[in-house]
Amino acid sequence: MSGRIFALIVKELLTLFRDRRGRLILIGPPVLQLVVFAFAATLEVKNVSVAVFNQDHGKHGYEIVQRLSGSPTFTEIRFVDNLSALRPLIDRQKVMATLYIPADFSRNIEAGEPATLQVILDGRRSNAAQIVNGYITQLVADYERAILAARPHLLPSTVIVARNWFNENLLYLWFTVPSLVGILAMLITLMVTSLSVARERELGTFDQLLVSPLTPAEILFGKTVPAVLVGMGEGLLIFAVGTGVFGVPFTGSFLLLLFALFIFVMSVVGVGLFLSALSQTQQQAILGAFIFMVPAVTLSGYAAPVENMPHWLQVASWANPLKHFLITLKGLFLKNMPFMDVWANTWPLLVIGALTLALAGWFFTQRLE
Amino acid sequence: MANEGTVVLDNLVKTFPGMQKPALDRICATLRPGEMSGLVGPDGAGKTTLIRLITGLLHADAGSVTVEGFDSRTQAEAIHAIIGYMPQKFGLYEDLSVSENLELYADLRAVTGQARQSKFEKLLEFTELKRFTGRLAGKLSGGMKQKLGLACALMGDPKVLLLDEPSVGVDPISRRELWKMVREMLSGGMAVVWSTSYLDEAEKCDSVILLNEGRKLYSGPPNDLLDRVDGRTFQIRDIDDRRRRGVLMDLLRQDGVMDGVIQGKQLRVLLAKDTPVPRLDQGSWHRVAPWFEDAFIDVLGGGPGGYSALAERMAEKPVSDKPVIEAVGLSKQFGDFCAVKDNSFSVRRGEIFGLLGPNGAGKSTTFKMLCGLLQPTEGQAFVAGLDLRTATSLARSHLGYMAQKFSLYSSLNVLQNLRFFSGLYGLGGKRQKQQIDMMVEIFDLQHYLKYNAGELPLGFKQRLALACAVMHEPDVLFLDEPTSGVDPITRREFWLHINGMVEKGVTVMVTTHFMDEAEYCDRIGLIYQGENIATGTPDDLKARVQTEGGQPPTLEDAFIELVRRSELSAAGKTAA
Repeated sequence: MSGRIFALIVKELLTLFRDRRGRLILIGPPVLQLVVFAFAATLEVKNVSVAVFNQDHGKHGYEIVQRLSGSPTFTEIRFVDNLSALRPLIDRQKVMATLYIPADFSRNIEAGEPATLQVILDGRRSNAAQIVNGYITQLVADYERAILAARPHLLPSTVIVARNWFNENLLYLWFTVPSLVGILAMLITLMVTSLSVARERELGTFDQLLVSPLTPAEILFGKTVPAVLVGMGEGLLIFAVGTGVFGVPFTGSFLLLLFALFIFVMSVVGVGLFLSALSQTQQQAILGAFIFMVPAVTLSGYAAPVENMPHWLQVASWANPLKHFLITLKGLFLKNMPFMDVWANTWPLLVIGALTLALAGWFFTQRLE
Repeated sequence: MANEGTVVLDNLVKTFPGMQKPALDRICATLRPGEMSGLVGPDGAGKTTLIRLITGLLHADAGSVTVEGFDSRTQAEAIHAIIGYMPQKFGLYEDLSVSENLELYADLRAVTGQARQSKFEKLLEFTELKRFTGRLAGKLSGGMKQKLGLACALMGDPKVLLLDEPSVGVDPISRRELWKMVREMLSGGMAVVWSTSYLDEAEKCDSVILLNEGRKLYSGPPNDLLDRVDGRTFQIRDIDDRRRRGVLMDLLRQDGVMDGVIQGKQLRVLLAKDTPVPRLDQGSWHRVAPWFEDAFIDVLGGGPGGYSALAERMAEKPVSDKPVIEAVGLSKQFGDFCAVKDNSFSVRRGEIFGLLGPNGAGKSTTFKMLCGLLQPTEGQAFVAGLDLRTATSLARSHLGYMAQKFSLYSSLNVLQNLRFFSGLYGLGGKRQKQQIDMMVEIFDLQHYLKYNAGELPLGFKQRLALACAVMHEPDVLFLDEPTSGVDPITRREFWLHINGMVEKGVTVMVTTHFMDEAEYCDRIGLIYQGENIATGTPDDLKARVQTEGGQPPTLEDAFIELVRRSELSAAGKTAA
């Protein structure tokens, strides 16, 4: 490596790490975000309030209510004594759902007749409502099975036993933490790279680099290496906290993770430097980074499965480095993904990185016009 | 204290957190109505801080400011009603037109009804902006922006007018117009504060406050200060053209010579008190009228001497007859705006070539095309016979570049900056260490090695920037507005090094809007509205406008006259 590239790399690293504020920005926010994302951004529904109007005086209605209040999901149960009291509770979002047990509920069960329950859900919170509905249905089904087990002479029903592979207890952390390795590494890498050229342009030092013996390719290289180091460090930090502190299992090959992370970070560096080369000021660069960042996370499969998106969006998401890398990450964490599958989701990153880096290098000089 | 002073400053002290020295240190002064008070000093002297203290936008740590008897700390509202303030970066809305800006300021100042229209009429008349009322403020030239800023500041009929560096970015012609306008305001009894880093403007003020590094060096009428150096300023004429730099350096090394600069073919020297005129084997001494800058240097205790340790240690550059820098019909078009039109010139080895012109005239664009930062729309630029846009790293390692506002890495310390720039130019190992040690020694940076470049005093920033640009001993040096805003001592020290290097055969290309800096150049290209309107030695240019029996013109006179002629001939062409 020539001396001048080395000088540039040292300079880049110094500008990133020299002052305490700079170091804090690289370490503080990502860890904070990891904690926030891991605990807050969860699709599990907890702490649910339900209102119950139980007109049934038999033991079955009582048993259902008992099971409801025994479940950790439902932390508050409000009892009401007439039907009209249920509506305002939903209206004012005091409860997520109401359960109405009619007077003939126990009687019908004892008589071997079909018995009905009514559940009213708050459709404004559609996602959570669906999940709560699932919980209640499950709870009632369990109870039905218990009754049937006690009375084998009644109709035998089919029992479905569901098992969740790779994440047996459907722990949400096991899903979020691997994704966060990619998302947070991308966030920091984008910040670092999108500012790097724009800052120098704003201060006038970029001209100095361009008239120096450095070639545009060398500038590109000198700016890429420190950013890749930072991005990989960030990813590994989140990896360490995720497996060490949050106890998420890592079943795959660490070397494969390093390999995929490296190429992912490279592709993000390409995007960041490209945005930076387009910008004249740091403000534009940061704005550009966020304009890229938000859709990149939304379309990555982190929040909603890519398969649920319309076809054209699925095609567009091919250009999103995060989408490819999240597949690799989840695979390596939870199901010991083999090399060929990792490679299948990594080579598109090479294409993205090569294209964006080439464009960035070209814009270093073109943008001067 | 309620005598004739409109603004009274009493023992003002202001320190900003994180700064070693106070930005203002025990400043006392009185500004009177009907007077033009010059607030004079280099960048970082405390001019803007002082103005902001007067407006009440900042509060002093100690001492007090009263404006027309109102205390700036407790009665800032009352002060705002009677002052007009024009900040450095014009307080204009660039996306509003000229008249919209005026309307806005009229609304802010509650100028309504009949008075409003007549006020607009008067201000537009006064500033000659009538023809441009529909134009966006951002599209005005530097001079016109300042005039509009002035009009807005005058909207509320202020008793005190505060102008923060109104002449920055304004061409010499507009500068003179602006000055005349402000002078006209004085007859109404307005007190005007004109802050500036141009020392020649100080001479024309009624009284001046001279600031340097937060301390007041002088306050009073400028003539009293000039009297201190009266009879000690000389011009030396008839010296061998090629030897004038050497003669100057010899002179500066003598005791009793406080300061000396190059003025085209002549030298200008300031002697210490009671010093006999030194003997020279050539040239003739002529007593000349002192300048404000002479007095400033005298107060500061003299210039930096005549010894450039930097040039001393530099190897002689190989002799060659070929032009080192060559511009052939350079043109640059930005959209439908023509920034540079058909500019041609060539620079020999060991020559200082200056591009002189107001901001926005196209000198930076020309400069950038020469060093390969911009692709010319037409024409070609060569440095040492090569086009720098396509030149190899090796070719580029022979040039040094110092950008406007010393583009150093402000979050890196002095040593790290030196290491980076030397590494960039391929210095390594022993040689790198040797060069860095040498720079530290020459520029006296020893005590600042661990300081971040951004925290350095301006003078040291200038030194560090020069050190970074010349550490690899370049053959060609590109300097873009190298000394704007620094104090005269630092500027002299800078030119001492440059002159020394030129003696060793280094070729220098410099852009400047300072007339006195242009005097150092062997030849100048005058750039105005994208065109090179005249090329020649400073004396050539002056001679072109010398009228018979008239006063010897200054370079600024020459500039203004040559611009006028070029406009006349352009008008003649379009008429034909």
